[in-house]
Amino acid sequence: MLNRQGRPSQAGESGMNSAKTFTGNRALEQVEPLLFEIGRLETTGVDLDEPQAFTPRLGGLERQDGIGLPGLSEPETMRHFVRLSQKNYAIDTGIFPLGSCTMKHNPRLNEAMARLPGFADIHPLQPQSTVQGALDLIAQLKEWLKELTGMPDVDMTPKAGAHGELSGMMAIKAAIIAKGEAATRTVVLVPESAHGTNPATAALIGFTVKPVPARENGLVHIDDVKALLGPDIAAIMLTNPNTCGLFEKDIVAIADAVHEAGAFFYCDGANFNAIVGKVRPGDLGVDAMHINLHKTFSTPHGGGGPGAGPVVLSARLAAFAPLPLLEKNGNGFALCESEKTAEARGAHPYGRITAFQGQMGMFVRAFSYMLSHGADGMRQASEDAVLNANYIRAGLRDLMSQPFGDKPCMHEALFDDQWLKETGVTTLDFAKAMIDEGFHPMTMYFPLVVHGAMLIEPTESESKASLDLFVAALRDLAMAAKAGDTERFTQAPRLAPRRRLDETLAARKPVLKWVPPVPLSEAAE
Amino acid sequence: MRYLPHSDTERADMLAAIGVGAIDDLFTGVPADKMLKGPVNLPRRKSELEVARILGSLAAKNVPASTVPFFVGAGAYKHHVPATVDHLIQRSEFLTSYTPYQPEIAQGTLQYLFEFQTQVATLTGMDVANASMYDGSTACGEAVLMAHRVTKRNKAILSGGLHPHYAEVVETLSYMANDRVMRLPADVKAAEDIIALIDNETSCVVVQTPDVFGNLRNLRAIADACHAKGALLIAVFTEAVSLGLVTPPGAMGADIVVGEGQSIGNALNFGGPYVGLFATKSQYVRQMPGRLCGETVDAEGRRGFVLTLSTREQHIRRDKATSNICTNSGLCSLAFTAHMTLLGSEGLARLARINHAHAVKLADMLANVKGVEVLNQSFFNEFTLKLGKPAASVVEALAAKKILAGVPVSRLLPGAGLDDLLILASTEVNTDEDRAILVAALKEVL
Ligand SMILES: Cc1ncc(COP(=O)(O)O)c(C=O)c1O
Repeated sequence: MLNRQGRPSQAGESGMNSAKTFTGNRALEQVEPLLFEIGRLETTGVDLDEPQAFTPRLGGLERQDGIGLPGLSEPETMRHFVRLSQKNYAIDTGIFPLGSCTMKHNPRLNEAMARLPGFADIHPLQPQSTVQGALDLIAQLKEWLKELTGMPDVDMTPKAGAHGELSGMMAIKAAIIAKGEAATRTVVLVPESAHGTNPATAALIGFTVKPVPARENGLVHIDDVKALLGPDIAAIMLTNPNTCGLFEKDIVAIADAVHEAGAFFYCDGANFNAIVGKVRPGDLGVDAMHINLHKTFSTPHGGGGPGAGPVVLSARLAAFAPLPLLEKNGNGFALCESEKTAEARGAHPYGRITAFQGQMGMFVRAFSYMLSHGADGMRQASEDAVLNANYIRAGLRDLMSQPFGDKPCMHEALFDDQWLKETGVTTLDFAKAMIDEGFHPMTMYFPLVVHGAMLIEPTESESKASLDLFVAALRDLAMAAKAGDTERFTQAPRLAPRRRLDETLAARKPVLKWVPPVPLSEAAE
Repeated sequence: MRYLPHSDTERADMLAAIGVGAIDDLFTGVPADKMLKGPVNLPRRKSELEVARILGSLAAKNVPASTVPFFVGAGAYKHHVPATVDHLIQRSEFLTSYTPYQPEIAQGTLQYLFEFQTQVATLTGMDVANASMYDGSTACGEAVLMAHRVTKRNKAILSGGLHPHYAEVVETLSYMANDRVMRLPADVKAAEDIIALIDNETSCVVVQTPDVFGNLRNLRAIADACHAKGALLIAVFTEAVSLGLVTPPGAMGADIVVGEGQSIGNALNFGGPYVGLFATKSQYVRQMPGRLCGETVDAEGRRGFVLTLSTREQHIRRDKATSNICTNSGLCSLAFTAHMTLLGSEGLARLARINHAHAVKLADMLANVKGVEVLNQSFFNEFTLKLGKPAASVVEALAAKKILAGVPVSRLLPGAGLDDLLILASTEVNTDEDRAILVAALKEVL
C-alpha cells in the first residue's frame, strides 16, 4: 500500500504463509497507516465558525508558525481508530491472565455511571455547595474502603498504585520527621520479589533501599527481617499477598517486629483482590496500603491507565494525609484545602501530591462495583479468584514446575522455567506461542526471584469453560515443548497482527515520533 | 451475582479437581485467627437498577457545567468534546486492554501512543514527548526531578505565576527528596524579575504560560538567562488549547515542557482522571520519566511499535529509575489523540481563536462594570478581575443564582491577601447569553 508520499508504508505487509493481496489487507485485518500519513493539514473533523473580527490581547505572543498537525474528517477518524483497536487484545475478547495486574471484567454500568453529567461534568474548583453529591460519594467510598480494610483513615488523592506508594511513604516520612528521627531512619527494607515501583518510590524520596532476601518457600521470613531491623530502618515495604501469589504467613510477627523497632509497615496492596472480605489489612498491623482501584475494584486499565490508588492509613499516620482533606460539617461536606485550616483541625498534612482531589471518574466506577457486589459479592469474588488460580495450578502442575512446591496459591499461580530446561524453549517463546492460540500471555519474568517466571492470574471473571480451554491449550503447548516442537515456539507468534518486534533496534535508534518525509510546508501545497 | 460465572456445583467440582474440600483450604496461608468469620459490615449486593438509582441521586446533587453559565478554569477547562471521542475510548479493545507489554497483540494501543507523542511534541515545539503522566501537576513535579538529574543540581525556582497547587506538588516532592525550592510570591501582573534570581546552583526555573492568572509570558529572555547559568527552563501550561494560538514554549527556548492535557478530549471529572503532557529535547530523552513508545520493525520487516528505552523505568532499574510511575493515563491520551485528530491544525487554531475571542469579549464587558477591574495586559481564554469585595462571597452569591463564575484566588492562595481577586475562564461553550447573564448578575451582587 502506498501513502501519499508514494513510499510503501510497511514492507512485506501481507505476512508469512499467506496469499499476497494488492492492498496488503487480509480480509478483516486492515493495514492502517499513521494518522499523519493519511491526514491533511487543511482537514478538520469539527465544524467551528471563525469568530468575528476582534483585536487579540496576546501581548505579541501569537504563534508564528503553522501547527503542523494533519487532521481527519469524522468518518476517517472513526475508521482510523477502530482499525487500530482491532489490533489489540482485550479482556472483552479473551482471558487476560496477567499476574499482578488483575484483568477482571469491567462492568459497563460503571462506565455509564461515571459519565453522568453530575460526576463527569463538574469542575474541581467550582463552589463546594454545588458538588455535595460528589463529595458525598467520595465520603461513602472512603467508608467502604475503611470497612473492607479495617483501617481508620484513607487518603483518596493518589492517581495510581505507584502514586499511592509515594503518598503512603511520604506520610511515613512525615511521621518520622515529626518524631525527630529523619536523620537516622534513612533505610527502607524491600524484598527482592517486590514490584519495581516499591524500590523506585522509596528512592524517589531519599531513602536508601535495602533488599530482604526471599526464602526457598517464596515467603519473607521473620528472622531475616529481624536481622535487618535497627534504628536506621524507616519502614518495610511488603506486598501481601506477595508477588509469588502467596500470603505472607509471618506478616503479623513482621509487623510487630517492625513496630517494636520504631519503623513503619507499608503494604503494597496490589493483590488485595485475593482477600477482600476474607481478611483485613488493619488486623495484620499495616500502617499504610494503597489499593489499585483499577485492579481490585474493576476500573478499566484502558491500555495503561488511568488508575487510582487510594491509601488506607493507620491511626499513627492518618494525621499526615495530604491535602485536600474531606470533612463533614453542619453544612454538609467540605474540602479542607489549606495547611492552616488543616492544622487548626489537628491534622498535619505532609503537603500535596496532585492538583485536585483524586480520580473522581475512578471513584464512581469503583463505588458502582462495590454497591453491585455488596459484602457478599466481594467476598465471593475473592474466593472465586483464588479458586480459579488454583484450578489452573492443579490443571498444569504435572507438566509445569512450581518454584515453591505443590501447595495452594492465592489469586495467581506461579510457575518457573525449570520444566523447559533442555527443550530450547524459553518463557518468552512459550508466551508468544500462547498468542497464536488466542490467549494473552501471563506475566513473564516477574517476580525477579523466580527463574523464567510465569505468573498466571485468571481473576474471578473467567467461567469454568474458559479455564478448561485455557488449561487444555497450555497443556498442549507444554507437551509440544517437551516433545521438541520448538518451531511452534521460537517462530511464534505467527498469526498475530505482527511477528516479534525488534526491541533492540527500537532502543538503539529511538524513533519516538513521526517525522514528515517532506517538510510539511511543501507537502501542503 | 451477575459478574461471577460459576454455579455452586461448578465451584464444588473445581475444588474437587484441585483436591481440597472447602474454599478456606486454599486460604491456609492466612493466620487462622485473622480470617473474618462472615461478610464485613456492608450492604449486600444490588441490581443494576438499584445501583443506578443510588448513584443517579448522588449525581443529581451536583451542578454540571453544561447546565449553567460556566466560567470556571484555573487548571481545568470546560470544552466541547466531539461524541466520536467518547465512543472511541469505549471500544472494548482500548478500554479493556492493559499496558502494551505484548506488542504483537497491542499495536492498536502502541500506534496511538506514537501518534500521541508526535502530537504533543509538535504542539509544544519540542523534540520528544512521553506516553503521558497522571496530570499536569505531577508532570510538573517530575520535570523538576528530571532537571535535577540533568544538571546535577537541586535548586528549583518557581514563578509566582505557577498554579499554586502545582507549586505545592513541587514543594512537597522537594521537601521529601531533600531538594531546594525557591517559590516566588503570587505574581498577579506578571511583573516578577525571576532572571535576577538564577544563580550557578539553580537547576531549573519553572514558569507557567498562560500563567494561573491568565497572563501570557514571553519565555525567551528567561530561557537565555537559564542557559547562561547552566540551568533548565521548565515551561508549564494548564490550558492545552492555548497552544493553537500562542507561541509554543519550545519556540521560546524551553528545555522541558509539561502541561495538563485535559482540555483536549477529556471531561472535567471533578479533577481526574486527566492526562499529564511531558516533552523535552532529544538530548535529555534518557533522563525522562514515564513510558516511551518507539518505532521498529517485526521479524518480517513490517513497521511496528514497542515500548522502548525502558532501562529508565522502575520495572528494570528499580531504585535507580528515573521515576516510580507505572500505570499512567493511557485512555485519556487516546481521548486527547482522537480529539486532536478531529481538530487537526485548522480546527485547533480556530478553536483557540474562538476561545480567545470569547474571553476578549467578556473582559471588555466586565471592564465596564462598576467596581470591576481587569488586571491582565495579555491573556488567552482566562483572566483575573479585581472586585473590591471578597471574591469567594461573590462566587457563592452567583452560584445561588445558578451561575458558576470562576475561581476566587483565595481558594488557591488562602491568606495571601488576594481575597478580592477572581480568575475567570471563557471557552467556546459560553454564549452571548451566558456572558450577559454573568455581567447582569455581577452588577447585582457587587
Ligand atoms: C505488585 C504491584 N505493585 C505496584 C504496582 C503499581 O501500580 P500502578 O501501576 O497502579 O502504579 C503494580 C502494578 O503494576 C503491582 O503489580
